[in-house]
Amino acid sequence: MPKDGGIGESTKRREDIRFLTGKGRYTDDINLRGQAFACFLRSEVANGRINSIDTSAAMSMPGVLTILTGDDFTGMGGNPAGWLINSRNGEPMKEPKRPVLAHGKVRHVGDAYAMVVAETYGQARDAAAAIEADITELPAVVDMAKALADSTNLVHDEIGTNQCFDWGWIEDNRAAVDEAFKNAPHVTTLELVNNRLIPNAMEPRASLADYDAGTGDYKLYTTSQNPHLHRLLIAAFVMGMPENKLTVIAPDVGGGFGSKIYHYGEEAAVLAAAKAINRPVKWVAERSESFLSDAHGRDHVTKIELATTKDGEFLALRTETLANVGAYLSNFSTATPTFLHGTLMAGPYKTPLVYVNVKTVFTNTAPVDAYRGAGRPEATFSIERVVDKCARELGIDQAEIRRKNLLTPDQFPYTTPVGLVYDTGNYQATMDKMTELADLAGFEKRRAASAKNGKLRGLGLSTWIEACGIAPSNLVGVLGARVGLFDAATVRVNATGNISVMTGAHSHGQGHETVFAQIVAEQLGIPASSVEIVHGDTSKIPFGMGSYGSRSLAVAGSAMTKAVDKIIAKGKKIAAHMLEASEQDIEFKDGSFSVAGTDKAKTFGEIAFSAYVPHNYPLETLEPGLEETAFYDPANFTYPAGAYACEVEVDPDTGKVEITAFTCADDFGNVMNPMIVDGQVHGGVGQGIGQALLESTSYDENGQLLTGSYMDYAMPRADDVPFYTVDHSCITPCTHNPLGVKGCGEAGAIGSPPAVINAVIDALQRGGHTHVKHIDMPASPARVWAAINNA
Amino acid sequence: MQLSDQRDIKADVATVWAAILDADVLKACVPGCESMTGNPTDGFEAVVVQKVGPVKARFTGAVTLSDMIEHQSLRISGEGKGGPAGFAKGGANVTLAPSDTGTLLSYEVEANVGGKLAQLGSRIIDGFAKKMADEFFTRFQAAVEGPPDTEDVAEDAPIDEKKKSWLKRLVS
Repeated sequence: MPKDGGIGESTKRREDIRFLTGKGRYTDDINLRGQAFACFLRSEVANGRINSIDTSAAMSMPGVLTILTGDDFTGMGGNPAGWLINSRNGEPMKEPKRPVLAHGKVRHVGDAYAMVVAETYGQARDAAAAIEADITELPAVVDMAKALADSTNLVHDEIGTNQCFDWGWIEDNRAAVDEAFKNAPHVTTLELVNNRLIPNAMEPRASLADYDAGTGDYKLYTTSQNPHLHRLLIAAFVMGMPENKLTVIAPDVGGGFGSKIYHYGEEAAVLAAAKAINRPVKWVAERSESFLSDAHGRDHVTKIELATTKDGEFLALRTETLANVGAYLSNFSTATPTFLHGTLMAGPYKTPLVYVNVKTVFTNTAPVDAYRGAGRPEATFSIERVVDKCARELGIDQAEIRRKNLLTPDQFPYTTPVGLVYDTGNYQATMDKMTELADLAGFEKRRAASAKNGKLRGLGLSTWIEACGIAPSNLVGVLGARVGLFDAATVRVNATGNISVMTGAHSHGQGHETVFAQIVAEQLGIPASSVEIVHGDTSKIPFGMGSYGSRSLAVAGSAMTKAVDKIIAKGKKIAAHMLEASEQDIEFKDGSFSVAGTDKAKTFGEIAFSAYVPHNYPLETLEPGLEETAFYDPANFTYPAGAYACEVEVDPDTGKVEITAFTCADDFGNVMNPMIVDGQVHGGVGQGIGQALLESTSYDENGQLLTGSYMDYAMPRADDVPFYTVDHSCITPCTHNPLGVKGCGEAGAIGSPPAVINAVIDALQRGGHTHVKHIDMPASPARVWAAINNA
Repeated sequence: MQLSDQRDIKADVATVWAAILDADVLKACVPGCESMTGNPTDGFEAVVVQKVGPVKARFTGAVTLSDMIEHQSLRISGEGKGGPAGFAKGGANVTLAPSDTGTLLSYEVEANVGGKLAQLGSRIIDGFAKKMADEFFTRFQAAVEGPPDTEDVAEDAPIDEKKKSWLKRLVS
């Protein structure tokens, strides 16, 4: 292993030096000569008809360069949904056009319908306030059930309904599942809400567009998790330009959590404006704009039923879910509640029969799309809550009912009733590890101690699984994806032996620059400090689908590993030539190419130098240079899994929940950098605790966002979360990628919410408040107190 | 949000009715009103400056009187645009009935806000609307009853002297 960090070392994050010393370079840090500033005028009503927009007064204000409205973009395409989902009856989903700027109608508070570009941001903002828009407010569609019931009040008139699709998964299972429920000895039913969340990345969305009138080339610096996907969407779908005329650069990006996967209208608008005024145009969202216009997450209303034997053996499971897509289809919005949710409803259990029904609903609210975990937190929450309720109804211990139904190691590969094939896992191992680390045996003692202090202590468990490493193109293509989900890397060995890796993954906080360098260093037997990771620039990177769905390491990392394998193969050819040996006899180990059984060897550096100084190469058989590109498309999803335990103390007088301990025992496959994995789990669990106890997005009946600032939208703070106990020593390596890795980015946000709510219910139940069967998230003091007192 | 309340005004129903229909009375009674022009039939144009929590704005908008049953009841509704601050709209259903001491004025008020006001001020909007309604009807009562005969009237609802004298003429 190289001295300064290979696989498995907790190497400190090299990027943190610039992040922590103010040297990060985010989109707003980039300034181009002559740049102008854009301000978007956004709808104040949730649903309205645009009668007219008078920009004449605004145009004459100081510094104003141009004003664009929806009329200026009618010739452009719509921002598309990335997956086509078909309804149970075979009809394709309803797919209304999502224009660059609202045209004809505004459909949610925050829907942008005009853009002012001026010399300064202040001037643009003042002029935006002077635009006279005549908009007739229409009744807002907010509640999903009402939206489906009322076909007279529509978000999109042209589709004749507020339903996007009615999806059944797997439709062929339906009759058998219904039959199983009819005959089941016990059925547990639970209705629950998976609360809408606002992503709140630390860096708000921002874009800086540049247009070169000499060449006709566009360049967009933007807050993206996947610059190539942005290039594809903007060039091919929205603006209709050749991809080679658009460069998208996502420099340092301060968090995304899903919200920066998607293409938003502002990006196309600033590109169009840059061309119109022949000057660079910058836009940086204010925090209020982020609240209003970033794609939100979750927002499901679900009825879930679990059929079991009297002993708690799972027989069948079925769900009916209403999933909010908001006012427009964001790029992954149709995949998130379906193939990232319905396919996970078997969980880590051997439930033989599962049927999932999801109806997606248009409402006059911000678009809803993937947010850390994306569909899988919703699936896990539903399953783990109904399992918990079932255990209480049958009088079975929470751990026991899970152990009774978990898949066992001998069952892998396991084909679930909802279409996935879990390649490997050992759910008993993580369960055992969690039981030990969380000291479940000592819980009763701790509960008694809490009781002495007047507090109700509860214990909540959750056993979770997810499908990540998104995604096998073969499979997702069949399921309706309109893109492939492979990834790519170029490994460029420079003449002096150091290396630039161009990866299609994008790091917006994950630490790729450190971990990817560790892996290359390990493979090549060189110091990690000789390896530079380049990401986020379509002009430098061969291709890439970016970072989300815990895919960076499993997919882009695998592409990188394949490219390094090609480098080694090429190095062997060069070594064979230099050492006058047969290529088959060259061995590569610890940074040295040697002839097997001899002491003849060349270092990696010597090979690299030779590749660029090919003075005596047999040019018919050996090319100069040492640079290789690989594309990697996974054969399957990866399936990390784990067991979580949450302990809470509830103050029965105030309803305040305090998390006293949180234990995670995860199987992420092979671990490249344990410190970074710990950090990813900490962050994920923190977000899950935020969802479970604090975060709530509230629209009033008129579609006004009432939680539009940190005054009303409660993000978790340091004192809201406990010290975590995190373990990832249970390892079943992924069977189908070269590193045996599974992905850890979303795990914490998936496994933690049900553990928290299960713990709160447990505390109340043990405290004698046995009437409390469920509390919807967030379990705020007001809700918990009301649950206790509404006996 | 919705709230209701009532007040006993020491003036007869006809006087109270006439006051409600008067632009100058309305201007004097709407807290923060900078101007009010118009008439009961065509409606009024108003400019109002108000601070709701962290948002201070000048609202321009229309006040309309509707559902008028003379000397009995009417609806006052208003809608104001505050530029970047968002908008506010609301209404009051007012009923009048003779009482032992004059007129019993009952009202039900509802208020809605949109845009930045909703995003930043929703938690305080109920309290704000209640305060606005209280102040409006306190001022209205003072305006109709004229200069205070007793200590308990209009202490916190000053109206300028010119207006007072005009109102004095109106009610005398």
